[in-house]
Amino acid sequence: MPPQPPRPRLTRSRDDRLVAGVASGIAAHVGASPTLIRVAFVLLMVFNGLGALLYAVFWAVLPLAEGPPTPRRDPLRLLPFVLGGIGLIIAGSLFNSSDPGSMIAGWLIALIAIGAGIIWHQSQRASTPAASTPTTSWLSALASSRDRRMFLLRFISGAALVVAGVIGLLVVYSPGRVSIEWNDLWKAVLFALVAVAGVGLVAAPLLWRTLTALRSEREGRIREQERAELAAMVHDQVLHTLALIQRNAADASVVQRLARGQERSLRNWLYQPTGSPNEHFAAALEQAAAEIEDTYGLAVESVVVGDRPVDDRVAAVVAAAREAMVNAARHAGVRTISLYAEAEPGQLSVFVRDRGVGFDVETIEDMRHGVRGSIIGRMARHGGQAEIRSAPGEGTEVRLSVPVTVVREEASNE
Amino acid sequence: MSDRLKVFLVDDHGMFRAGVRAELGAHVDVVGEAATVAQAISLIAATEPDVVLLDVHMPDGGGRAVLEGIRKTYPQVRFLALSVSDAAEDVIGLIRAGARGYVTKTISPDDLVDAIRRVADGDAVFSPRLAGFVLDAFAARPDANVADPELDQLTNREREVLRLLARGYAYKEIAKELFISIKTVETHVSNVLRKLQMSNRYELSRWAADRRLL
Repeated sequence: MPPQPPRPRLTRSRDDRLVAGVASGIAAHVGASPTLIRVAFVLLMVFNGLGALLYAVFWAVLPLAEGPPTPRRDPLRLLPFVLGGIGLIIAGSLFNSSDPGSMIAGWLIALIAIGAGIIWHQSQRASTPAASTPTTSWLSALASSRDRRMFLLRFISGAALVVAGVIGLLVVYSPGRVSIEWNDLWKAVLFALVAVAGVGLVAAPLLWRTLTALRSEREGRIREQERAELAAMVHDQVLHTLALIQRNAADASVVQRLARGQERSLRNWLYQPTGSPNEHFAAALEQAAAEIEDTYGLAVESVVVGDRPVDDRVAAVVAAAREAMVNAARHAGVRTISLYAEAEPGQLSVFVRDRGVGFDVETIEDMRHGVRGSIIGRMARHGGQAEIRSAPGEGTEVRLSVPVTVVREEASNE
Repeated sequence: MSDRLKVFLVDDHGMFRAGVRAELGAHVDVVGEAATVAQAISLIAATEPDVVLLDVHMPDGGGRAVLEGIRKTYPQVRFLALSVSDAAEDVIGLIRAGARGYVTKTISPDDLVDAIRRVADGDAVFSPRLAGFVLDAFAARPDANVADPELDQLTNREREVLRLLARGYAYKEIAKELFISIKTVETHVSNVLRKLQMSNRYELSRWAADRRLL
């Protein structure tokens, strides 16, 4: 059996949505056309509003797909479905005219479902990273001050829909068709409101205190997390390195290597935005430099200007630069190597320089495979150039450059 | 020797001050040292050194506070920033506040003496890392908003000089590489320093603003 591509999880779609992205989310999951699903929803409307009911339930239950911020919906695209739905309902009511009661009841149930859906609808903000602790419940949506107003609004409008639906159902299906006067209804609603307000007034201080406690507890937890992260960093790395330095105090080169490695990792931790060496040129080059530092116990003064995503050519440049650093570390007899790289829009250049013993470039034929194959050959294969400048006693500089396609700079600056 | 340079150390780490004093003692006169901002301002005023070696990070305001306290009344005192920090906003912020150079604390004693002499002569001192930051800040982005081309852009020559600095070249080597005199190299670097201090380029303002330095 051939392996099947994994089916996307059942979510609400972000980028292709007419109302809430339910239809296209389902379509992506079952592998059908979104329009087909939409038409199905509209057709189901005829059966006492079943389509709307189902849609509301899906909307309330399905999580929003992950991805970039949602583009605005286009109301014009919704128009044909709305018109079709209205036409179907009118046609349906003509057919069903014998029993208007069940028709109305269906719609009222749909109304209640939408109201309940609005209340229980999975808040998107409630699952922000800061709140993604196991204790996250529907309460935390209430507790987070940012979307409390949103929640209140949603709650009130949802409750209004549910109440209206329930009252409507009562009116339609009241036992024995006892006619309920509108006047009585209003009075009842008024009394209910007064009762709810009274309870609210009594419970408000308690509720408020609970909310404040929840919020301060959450802030405390975040602080505690940060502290734990710092403690782990200090414990796992710094203390460990200090212990090693004490044990190797007699060996200057080991001490220096340990100190240098620790300095680098602290520095990265403090100043540099994390980037994956598999994705970013700068990170890949820094990683190569770090490996050289660790392996050969010397310092690589790296300066990288600009950045770009890693592709074949970029990877080749990084590999060639690494080889150049290895050569400098092995043969130049120096304590520091200068590494400079610049990612310009159309070109990538790397310079590896040492002030070591140098060599006569003319004798490169006798030189190791490293220079010919790993540097010059590799760069040539990827359409780039490698130039080696050196003279006995004057150090060596390897210059690598390769033309690259222009990439649009997106968020890489920030 | 009366033409020995008078150098003042400002750093809140006593061990580091002692180390630098020992390293520099043979070449320059270390006329004083200070561990706090207030101490530094009063002692620099009293000793009037040629060059102040300034730590970026200190309690109550850091090197920036010392620079501001001194520069108005003693404009002839030059500042060389010395730090373990490689964060762009620290470095750029100090330069924009008036320091004439930036080196890291791992610099070798000989290079440090060289840098002090250069700053005392009114030139600028750029570490490779600082040269990289400047190239980054002045990168020719198509969307960059250039208000004043004289201040907001680097010339091609200045860019070449900075690239060589970032590659670890000394001034002498840069002069040889570009077939110009050392004096010309110094002029280019000083011009870059001026642009760095005066330009209102967005990147520079942003870096400084990150640390509320402007």
